[in-house]
Parts: sequence; C-alpha cells; structure tokens
Amino acid sequence: MEIGNSCCFFNLKSNVSTLLITITVTLVVIRFLYVIYWCGKPLRKSLQPISTLIVLGSGGHTAEMLNLLSVLQTDHFTPRFYIAAATDNMSLQKARVFENSLINEAGGEVIELAQFMQIYRSREVGQSYITSVVTTLVAMAHASWLMMKIRPQVILCNGPGTCIPLCVIAFFFKVLGIRWSSIFYVESIARVRRLSLSGLLLYKLRMADQLFVQWPRLQSKYPRAHYVGRLM
Amino acid sequence: MGDTDERRKCNRTAFVTVGTTSFDTLVRAVDTREVKEVLSKKGYTHLLIQMGRGSYIPQKSTGEDGSLTVDYFTFSSSIADNLRSASLVISHAGSGSIFETLRLGKPLIVVVNEDLMDNHQSELAEELADRKHLFCARPQTLYQVIAAMSLESLIPYPPGDASPVAKLINRFLGFPDD
Repeated sequence: MEIGNSCCFFNLKSNVSTLLITITVTLVVIRFLYVIYWCGKPLRKSLQPISTLIVLGSGGHTAEMLNLLSVLQTDHFTPRFYIAAATDNMSLQKARVFENSLINEAGGEVIELAQFMQIYRSREVGQSYITSVVTTLVAMAHASWLMMKIRPQVILCNGPGTCIPLCVIAFFFKVLGIRWSSIFYVESIARVRRLSLSGLLLYKLRMADQLFVQWPRLQSKYPRAHYVGRLM
Repeated sequence: MGDTDERRKCNRTAFVTVGTTSFDTLVRAVDTREVKEVLSKKGYTHLLIQMGRGSYIPQKSTGEDGSLTVDYFTFSSSIADNLRSASLVISHAGSGSIFETLRLGKPLIVVVNEDLMDNHQSELAEELADRKHLFCARPQTLYQVIAAMSLESLIPYPPGDASPVAKLINRFLGFPDD
C-alpha cells in the first residue's frame, strides 16, 4: 500500500511540474509573439524626454552617429548614454566634444549630463575561436550588466559589432517586461549594395523597430527597411 | 630664383591620405617616378603624403630641380587644413575621408585597398564614381587614372541631410514635429 501511495504521489508531482513547465513555456511564447508583433509599431504621442543609448564604433560609425544626433532635438533624447568598445578611445572623446558643444549652446545649463561607458568586445580580430567563446560570454555578461543599469527607452546604433549584444539583451528585456526599448538602426552610408552583418542580423531577426538605409538599392533588396537618402 | 618665385605663386598640392590605416601599397604607388611625373605634368607642384600607420617611408624632395616637392607625415589631429589647401586629394576608401573631401568640393581620387579582408569600402567608392563625384582607382592603375582624369567632368556632391531620419524617429516615438 505504501509503495502504491508513493508511486501515486510521484506521478502527481511530475504531472504538476509538467503542467507548470508547459504553462510557463506557453506564456513565454505568447509574450515573445506579442513583442514581435508590437516591434516596429509607433508609440503613443508624448512630450516626456526619453533615455537614449547611443552605440559608437570605430571608423566612420561615430562620425555618422554624431551627424545624426546633431539634427535630433536633444531635449527629447535625454539622459544620453554613450557606449563604445573598450579598445576604442577616440569615439568617446568625439562624443564628449559633441556633448560639450551642446552644453555651450545651452549657455551652460543642462539638466542631465551625458554618461560615457566602455564595453568589452566579444572577439578581437584574429582571435582564436576557442578563446572567443569565453570572451563572448564575458562580453555578454558585461553588456547585460550595463543594460540593467541603463535600461534605455531608445537605442540608436549604426553598425559596429558592439551593438548586437546590446540589441539582443534589449530584446530579452522586452520579452521579460524589464524595459521596452525602441531600437533604431541606421545602416552606414558605406553600405550601398549589401547590409552589414549587424544590419542583416537585426533585419532578419526583426529586432530593430526601424531599420534605415541610405542607398536605394538596399531598399529594394530589403523591403522592410526605410530608405532615407544620404545623411552625410 | 625666378623659378622658385613663380612656383611659390602657384602652389598646387596633391594631398595623399590613408587616415588611421596602414596602406603601404598606395604610398609606394605615389612614390614612383611615373606617378610623380604625371602629377607634375598635370600642373601639381607639391605632393604631401599622410602615411598613417604604414611602414613604407616615401622619399622627401625639395623639388629644386624642377620636379615635385615631396613631403610626408604620419598623423595629424585633423587633416581638414591639409584638405582645404589641396588642389587634388588622393585618399583611401574610408567614408570619413571621402565625405570630408567631397564636402570641401575638392577633386578626389579614391584608391581602394585590395589587401583588406572585408572590402565593403569599394561599394561606396564605385557608387560615387558612377555618379561622377570622384575618380576610383587601384594602386596599380593610379598612374593611368591621373593621366586620364578630367576634373571638369566631376559633379559636385550634394550635401547629405539627416532630417528625414530625425522626422521618422520623432514620429515613431510620438514626439511633435519641430
């Protein structure tokens, strides 16, 4: 009899666990589909400033990003957080110069100062793939930590590989309800016929709310992208 | 004495820039006798080379013998002044260099670095060359491109405008149009 009871009890326990797991998975899938559906849908009218994460990168990326920021109403996009790869010193320097010029224009009166951060890179050029696994995990952990601290409402990025971990984490934050970040990706002006790897990932995985391209051929190749002409 | 005064009056500099990269193939190509001769023939008096992280060091020349005056440097905090005082710019295919030069309205030859692994830069150079905003060359064809180029055929690059993107972003976020 006792053996029979424990058998019944075990069956009950495993049934409950299975039920709980099924419910959880179903809820996550529903939430996932909900997020995919609402990604790319405009937000309601608002006048509140929104926290903005700006991803910088070496080469022309930072110059193009600052060019974009110069036409945005910075009062709406504040506080601003700038992130660059740990090995990229010039980008943050350029961003500081830009922010200083904004402070000067405002006559020294600024409500919130911008913040500047560095993020570990997943992989350096030529790094072995085995060590890359470790460094990628470290980079993801670091990116998660930074994203948890910032929880931006808007992410602006234009191509450097550093934006991918940040956008992936932002997507999970959407699914988990931690923060809804609108992701805007502007493909670099240097991309005329093909999207960059970052752009392609965000496009195919539908992770960017809006993806902008600067050359018409990209619009025909990637119909869900918005053609906006040259920014530079 | 008379000759130097003449040349000082009309200083036409060809400025070569590789940005923050290392592009020895281009510096070598520019440092050849044929390229220097064709530049001289085309009316340029000075050749200034910004060689970046490259290891090949070009030969300086005072140009006393009537040839090109050649000088070089590695980096400067801003090449804007060099671009402004140049009559011809020969640049690597970095988008920053390209647009900075086009914005100043300077004639530009873009040289694509074929040694680079992921050469997406050539897409931009070729597109802008197709639209006649600049000339495109490879280090090996630089001499021919300079010899054959006609600066009058270049069309000025219309300045870009980031406000369409700003408008779309503002609308999406529910901000009023400024």
